[in-house]
Amino acid sequence: MFDRTMLEEIAREHKRWSDNLEPSLTKTPERKSDFVNTSGIPVNRVYMPMDIDDSDYMDEIGLPGEYPFTRGVQPTMYRGRLWTMRQYAGFATAEDTNRRYRFLLEQGQTGLSVAFDLPTQIGYDSNHPLAQGEVGKVGVAIDSLKDMEILFDQIPLDKVSTSMTINAPAAVLLAMYIAVGEQQGVVSKGLRGTIQNDILKEYSARGTYIFPPKPSMRIITDIFGFCSKEVPQWNSISISGYHIREAGSTAVQEVAFTLADGIDYVEAAIHAGLDVDEFAPRLSFFFNAHLDFLEEIAKFRAARRLWAVIMRERFKAKDPRSMMMRFHTQTAGCTLTAKQPKNNIVRVAFQALSAVLGGTQSLHTNSMDEAFCLPSEEAVQVALKTQQLIAHETGVTDTVDPLAGSYYIEKLTNEIYDRARNYIDTIDELGGAAAAIEKGYIQREIQDSAYRYQKEIERNERVVVGVNRFQVEEEPPKDLLRVDPAVRVSQIERLEKLKSDRNNEKVKDILSDLRSVAEGSENLMPVILEAVRAYATLGEICDALRDVFGEYQPVSTLGG
Amino acid sequence: MTSTRKIRVLAGKPGLDGHDRGIKVIANALMDAGMEVIYTGLRQSPEQIVETAIQEDVDVIALSILSGAHDFLFPRIMELLQEKGVHDVLVIGGGIIPDEDIAELKKVGIAEIFGPGTYTDDIITYIKENLKR
Repeated sequence: MFDRTMLEEIAREHKRWSDNLEPSLTKTPERKSDFVNTSGIPVNRVYMPMDIDDSDYMDEIGLPGEYPFTRGVQPTMYRGRLWTMRQYAGFATAEDTNRRYRFLLEQGQTGLSVAFDLPTQIGYDSNHPLAQGEVGKVGVAIDSLKDMEILFDQIPLDKVSTSMTINAPAAVLLAMYIAVGEQQGVVSKGLRGTIQNDILKEYSARGTYIFPPKPSMRIITDIFGFCSKEVPQWNSISISGYHIREAGSTAVQEVAFTLADGIDYVEAAIHAGLDVDEFAPRLSFFFNAHLDFLEEIAKFRAARRLWAVIMRERFKAKDPRSMMMRFHTQTAGCTLTAKQPKNNIVRVAFQALSAVLGGTQSLHTNSMDEAFCLPSEEAVQVALKTQQLIAHETGVTDTVDPLAGSYYIEKLTNEIYDRARNYIDTIDELGGAAAAIEKGYIQREIQDSAYRYQKEIERNERVVVGVNRFQVEEEPPKDLLRVDPAVRVSQIERLEKLKSDRNNEKVKDILSDLRSVAEGSENLMPVILEAVRAYATLGEICDALRDVFGEYQPVSTLGG
Repeated sequence: MTSTRKIRVLAGKPGLDGHDRGIKVIANALMDAGMEVIYTGLRQSPEQIVETAIQEDVDVIALSILSGAHDFLFPRIMELLQEKGVHDVLVIGGGIIPDEDIAELKKVGIAEIFGPGTYTDDIITYIKENLKR
């Protein structure tokens, strides 16, 4: 990448400098004998032009908005439009959450992100025995279209974009969103947003699966097919590394396992007869912004390059939009500490800055109090303001990919790219991501990394401010946001009323249609949409699919 | 307890919560400390947890919940243990649990709550010092 003569001179100077370091090292020995980042990549004392001399600028770095998109997916990035500030929120009833959304929109948030409670995410109505204690806790409880109508009351669906963290029952929630749109007079082609719809990482890291892999992949490809025609502005999947990282993976593993999942989805869709350039432009991604600031920036850049190469070389995509990795980022929940929660504001700010320097399309900043409860309104406000500060005060948004050309950033981008690629080769040998998950390989890799990380903290090799160093005595926080257990009671009452008001014969007929479509190979989306419009509940729809598809049985990965 | 018998621990995930990083790290640490660990896997009902604990004849039940459902599920598990006449099993819990909930959980018989940031060594020591049999 550099002029030979110049490089030789720099190498000579570097050698001279290294040879003369002894006095300085004697006077101030380095803090550690080995500097290694969280992915196990050794970190050199100083990076030099020689470290990136074998890079080909146009092939590997290029220009913003152009293949391989290392420098970003848009030509002008944040000089044109800032990222979408999108805080993940939802708790208790649809009424409570609707109030929080309107508060966030008033505060200048630019998109919505729906957190559903666990029964909703696993396809149980609020009256299911396993829903006891869980209704409205980690998100809003949605049992039917009725709840969804309340959730988006007075929120114009043609104006906001909405991201929904929903996986196994994604088809049902998307159908409900479309139905709310219809009631507001917004056609499905005018809806913008994302469903997570990423089942593979549910098996490997997040846990809200319902059906086994095969029918799950069929539901996902049905959604791809349906969206490409009926909801063309919708991101039909958000292939997520976030939860893989939260479960304990390294940065390299996060990239590798996420892209391996992505490869499986693309293969499944092609196998189902879809043309790659028909659905690939609507694939989106979701990453974690963790503690190691520079490693994270390099990770985002490496992930973009790797996806572009995979889409062009492996899947022969022609449309550049198929090669563009657009992603959402959330700061790392697992790095928040229950001790000295205000320190979390600072952690989140650094993590958010790495996501912006890494070129994210949207961002969620965690609230300081999330290591012990749901975020209070005040905590959410500080988190959102953190993004506004980065956007409008720091100046980092005025030029595209400002850290490009840093010898360390470029070298680290290459290292993460190479190491992730090696992992993907291993996963290919195991038969792809789904097969690797069924063999327990990905889960074991993640849990081993998690255990290693914890040991490093306990041996004090990794400092956590306020936890294993610089501790202070403090009062436990008060006035935490609590979800009233009565939420379950009111949800059950609403369900009972719904079932007495709706046309139950019609619901029964549609659910029986749904079973036959599930047994066949027709696209599931139209009949699910019909069921939702008739006020069939989420639990009823998922139960009909459980009858046909069965349920996933996880593999054990501990011990042995 | 005979000198050759290892401490037997049931590591349990009651409820619908899928966050299993913590419980797996702790299970690994307890195994490294020479204990036998039976991990329930995700999505266990209180009934399943208690049944497994009795079948496996464990000395300790270590429960993890990050979804906020501890206020219902922990007491329910303690109630079932009482009903089954199990009084000599040490039950501990962890996860995202507000300080202000801890007193209530201890009142129903959860011996200790370990939040984020706890060292696995502290849990190992606690178990060894507080075994009920």
